[in-house]
Amino acid sequence: MSSAPTIARTPTLGRIGESVQRPDGAPKTSGEFVFSSDLWADGMLWGQTLRSPHAHARILGIDVSKALAIAGVRAVLTHEDVPGDGCYGLDRPDQPVLAKDVVRFCGEPVAVVAADHPETARRAAEAVEVDYEMLATVCDAEAAKDAPAIHPEGNVIRHVVVRHGDTGAVGEVQVEGTYEVGMQDQAFMGTESGMAAPIGDGGVELRISTQWLHGDRDQIAAALGLAVEDVHITLAGVGGAFGAREDVTLQIHLCLLALHTGRPVKMIYNRGESFFGHVHRHPARLWYRHHAGRDGRLVKVEARLTLDGGAYASSTSFVLANACHFAAGPYRTPNALVEGWGMRTNNPPCGAMRGFGVVQACFAHEAQMDRLAAALNLHPLEVRRRNALRRGDSLITGQRITGATPVIELLDALAEAPLPQAAVGSVAETDMELPGGAGRTADSRHVRRGVGYAASIKNLMYSAGDDDYSTAACSLADGVVTITCACVEVGQGFVTLAGQIAREVLGISEVEISPADTSIGSAGSSSASRQSWMSGGAVLAACEAVRDDLLAHVSSKTGLAAGELMLQDGEVLSADGSFRASVAEFTAEKAFRREEVFRHIQTEEPDENGQGNIHVAFAFAAHRAVVDVDAEMGLLRTVEIATAQDVGKILNPIQALGQIEGGIAQGLGLAVMEELVIDEGKMRNASFTDYLIPTALDMCDVNVVRLVEEPEPDAPFGAKGIGEPPTISSTPAVAAAVRAATGLEISRVPIRPSDVALADSQA
Amino acid sequence: MVEVNYSQRRPSTVISIDRIPELKGWRQNGDRIEMGACMTYSEMEDPLFAAYVPSLAQAARTVGSPQIRNAGTLGGNLATASPAGDTLPPLAALNAQITLRSLRGERITTLSNLITGVKSANLGRDEVIVKVSVEAVDGPQEFLKAGTRNAMVISVATVALVLDAARRQVRIALGSVSPVPLRASAAEGWIADQVNWESPSVPDKEAVEHFGELVASAATPITDHRSTSGYRSHAVGVMAKRALARALS
Repeated sequence: MSSAPTIARTPTLGRIGESVQRPDGAPKTSGEFVFSSDLWADGMLWGQTLRSPHAHARILGIDVSKALAIAGVRAVLTHEDVPGDGCYGLDRPDQPVLAKDVVRFCGEPVAVVAADHPETARRAAEAVEVDYEMLATVCDAEAAKDAPAIHPEGNVIRHVVVRHGDTGAVGEVQVEGTYEVGMQDQAFMGTESGMAAPIGDGGVELRISTQWLHGDRDQIAAALGLAVEDVHITLAGVGGAFGAREDVTLQIHLCLLALHTGRPVKMIYNRGESFFGHVHRHPARLWYRHHAGRDGRLVKVEARLTLDGGAYASSTSFVLANACHFAAGPYRTPNALVEGWGMRTNNPPCGAMRGFGVVQACFAHEAQMDRLAAALNLHPLEVRRRNALRRGDSLITGQRITGATPVIELLDALAEAPLPQAAVGSVAETDMELPGGAGRTADSRHVRRGVGYAASIKNLMYSAGDDDYSTAACSLADGVVTITCACVEVGQGFVTLAGQIAREVLGISEVEISPADTSIGSAGSSSASRQSWMSGGAVLAACEAVRDDLLAHVSSKTGLAAGELMLQDGEVLSADGSFRASVAEFTAEKAFRREEVFRHIQTEEPDENGQGNIHVAFAFAAHRAVVDVDAEMGLLRTVEIATAQDVGKILNPIQALGQIEGGIAQGLGLAVMEELVIDEGKMRNASFTDYLIPTALDMCDVNVVRLVEEPEPDAPFGAKGIGEPPTISSTPAVAAAVRAATGLEISRVPIRPSDVALADSQA
Repeated sequence: MVEVNYSQRRPSTVISIDRIPELKGWRQNGDRIEMGACMTYSEMEDPLFAAYVPSLAQAARTVGSPQIRNAGTLGGNLATASPAGDTLPPLAALNAQITLRSLRGERITTLSNLITGVKSANLGRDEVIVKVSVEAVDGPQEFLKAGTRNAMVISVATVALVLDAARRQVRIALGSVSPVPLRASAAEGWIADQVNWESPSVPDKEAVEHFGELVASAATPITDHRSTSGYRSHAVGVMAKRALARALS
């Protein structure tokens, strides 16, 4: 053993740029993580929702007497029991907490029950008698424009026009197509669940899995006629979100039941109910005409987009705006005329989902780019390269891109990536590697391979003048940092990022993250690829403020200039090395705490032509899909998706990879299988038996060929949000590969077996 | 269990038959293979079993996830009588005999007598399925299943084909294309006459094609959220051709 005394100095691990492991990773895989569905309180009741079996009907009467007569039933509530506005909504309060006169979609909540046992609650809900008078349904989004209004606010939720440049311009080469995107579901693993309990003098406490604590709080308060201070929300363990938890589902019902019964009430949707409970991705019909010169350069893009918003507004207005603003994709488009409608129908409500409107537009504009390439006999990558946006270019909304715009770099990276090998051998050896998989439908001689490409642009954060901010507090005491922020962890990785930022700024290993609740200001929603930037920015600002306070304090104690001091590995050091002391010592006698609000640059509302500096920043991605197709059976197997993405800076490599792989899985799902089938307003496949998402055997290899780290000027650490782009262009890349393998148009996703196998007879 | 989980069914009494040794596993009995009603899909995947009844092994592998295959049983698949039951077409093509028992005694029935309609089995309230028996056929067997996912998918259409060299028969049964598992008898009869049974083969590709057409025309599928009637007919035709080509290769 060495006799020389050494100062124990552990280097601060887990800083920005390191693959920091999630604290909830191991508990989630071992089953120990506490999800919102695991909540428990003594004396709690169980809630149950009664939903409309009809897509459009008038409620003539509701008789709850039989339900109330069941032993163990504590409350059966209808619209008559809802105080306050009785309505809620992300964009505008157009959706009743419980249906009043009319039900507008199949699955709309009509009554809620609280009982001692969940089975009692279910039986009571079934015992509620509702007298319905059927009304004519409006289930086609395009027909809804001329159909009788199904809601006092009319059938057009929003109409958007984007006019850019010379809308009369004509290109020598024109390609035209009509495209369709089916209704995708977020299909998170943890269904809606939570628990509410009365507190204080008429207040309520809610523990819930959500995406935005304060957004829920404000809607609950308004709907129930409470002051916002009387609604306290704590985040409970979230089992995935992907946009489906942006809207209120059971939050208001739980609070209503808790306030009415004076007891804690817990509710969990089963898998079937979950499909009825939350919003979905908008199904879309998109018509496009691209004009280009003989050299393949775009002259004009014309598009008409119709999104089916379902019965209530949710975030349809913003989803539609996004679809229209990015209708031309990541390409230089001097002239454009885009018109979009977000329609109200008697279909299930649609709202936020990863990609937020851009997914639908991207499927169509990328199919158009392939059509243009074919018309000009150009390689699909070449037509994209010739039109690729560059920094300083303007979008069809007139906004100049000031940040990183590495579209050509992304396309070139894909061009250089080697292609995967084909499966060889007998069916017994290769069945899981062939289309049809375990079903053993194909031999390798039935299979043709296709390669397809796609690229995308996505806005980051909230747009169009929204006062978007996040709040965070940093405290430092006894050498331990505590970060407090209402940012919701839905799996995106804020729980590691907040600690990484604190360690980076304060040089201290030990960082604790407080539970997220509404005792601090809003962090905004965990959506729109915004939390690393927004809440990351707030945490960074709070940590820097604490650092400055601490150094000022040390300066006052020691007489050393604050500017000469720095924090490193748990110590305060002077630049010349003459002074050195532990942070724990300084912060034992005095604790430091700062709370900061972070705002991104101000954006503008679009003018009447859809022009303006509407968005904060943009992120780009490109995908190459290799798909094996058994054309006779119409079955597919995606072999590999290669990707290159514009990320600004990688904050946590392993989580960046997780976002990319997960996003691609969701994009692949939309391409080949994920669709809620709605027939006259009725959902036909509200189960995981029939709503298919890719399994591990369907998920392809992901080859991340390039992550472009070109720091974004206004972003903390220069990092762009990376959660959405992987989902957006992966879908059209798969469709393009199927197109390449079969020569078929493939104008719709998901691609159904019959779309490929029976394409000739359908044409 | 799904119906119970969704409160669509609230049985007042549930009797577990999970620990009755006589209902478990499989055994060879002369030229027949006997399977207990509680034989799981996982057990059907066993290579030892697959060597005798490959089409059932292939079908079992397509059922659900490994967890479901560890719990789900042959008897359960029969009693549920779903048109999409994956073991049903192989059992139909193998001319399975199903043994039922009650306090009144034992009876042996065929698949077509047991399964009478969509989720409708001719099973008395006091009766349980105890055993399924099939012949150990001399000849190849094939099971093919079309679904929109490459594993863990409910079938859109299935085909089970058995080449019975001893009887000079090609037997083919279809799943998910009619209310009950369907034998394509006309296709069976026609192809049996085409096959050169000395060294099983068919004269030309046209014979395989025509066999596929006959099979497709035997199907009476519906259009639902899983697929269309047109695709289902098409798919069983294609799978029939491929199954026959594999069996003869």
